[in-house]
Amino acid sequence: MKRIKRRYLAVQLECEGTPTERELMDALWASATRLYGEVGASLTGLALIDFNVENKIAVVRCTLASLPSVRASLTALTRVAGHEATMHVLAVSGTIKALSSHF
Amino acid sequence: MKRSFCDLHLRVKPSDAKVQRFIAKAAQIGYKQISTPFSTPPTQTELVSIKEFAENSGIDFVTRADFKPRNQEDLMRFLRKYRRQFEVICILCDNKEVSRQAAKDHRVDILNFPSLDYKKRFFDRAEAELARSTGVAVEIDLKPLLVLEGPPRTRFLSSLRRETGFATEFNVPIVLSSGIDEEVLMRKPRDFASLAYLFGLQESQALDAVSTNPTAIVSRNRQKLDPNFVAPGINVLKEGKLQ
Repeated sequence: MKRIKRRYLAVQLECEGTPTERELMDALWASATRLYGEVGASLTGLALIDFNVENKIAVVRCTLASLPSVRASLTALTRVAGHEATMHVLAVSGTIKALSSHF
Repeated sequence: MKRSFCDLHLRVKPSDAKVQRFIAKAAQIGYKQISTPFSTPPTQTELVSIKEFAENSGIDFVTRADFKPRNQEDLMRFLRKYRRQFEVICILCDNKEVSRQAAKDHRVDILNFPSLDYKKRFFDRAEAELARSTGVAVEIDLKPLLVLEGPPRTRFLSSLRRETGFATEFNVPIVLSSGIDEEVLMRKPRDFASLAYLFGLQESQALDAVSTNPTAIVSRNRQKLDPNFVAPGINVLKEGKLQ
């Protein structure tokens, strides 16, 4: 079976309060679902790898093929856990190790 | 080469206190040039204070005027009066007569179609052909993609896909602007460019639309507004006296 290529995105969350990992992931899935529908969102392979609550930086994983659509859905996200929020992509990388060297 | 990003449409009144917060935030997230539309020509002191603040934040502030003419005569009057007072002129096209005339006029820099109504967006094949002949760019505000949901966003995306298709076919420059009036909606330029994926622009085209295309308009007009400008490629270097 062909190996699935993945990409890791470091994203900076800007919002009031600190959401939990669950709330953050729900917001990410909701944004992707609103844009691409349930089937489209399921193809992105979104997963939350890490969320640092102190500096509000999260590491999100997706498939390489869905990277443009995931970036667009992160940009289109406007609310997390009921608060207005903004997500800025800090870096994109093929490995978590390389990603951490970017910021 | 590193791109220099530009947002030509932050919808804050330049006289508003909010403008300084927007400038600071724009600098922080990676913009090099920004512009907010003036409704009347700014006074010299007003302009100097904004430009100075922007310069201290590492941003180049561009003067821009937005105008929504009722008819052709209105458009001509506006262009005669204000063309040389602003670095960028944007025409908000609300009817077909105005949008066709604006696309034909070299003095117009940008066409903007503010309506979300499919029938009131006049950027079609004929409009694109006229815009190509004059080098007028078409501006796409991305704010509706952030604030709309469901069917209105779907319809808006459909309009944008159609319009960018015409613009690409006729080589009309596309300018992606934020069109935002709230700080919380500000995004990094590359993030805004990523939204263009939703209506079918390729990554390089989208990045050009937030960097190369708007900066080219600004630098071309600054050159034209220079008192030493004679014609494209011809400048006065030194003036002498006839003997």
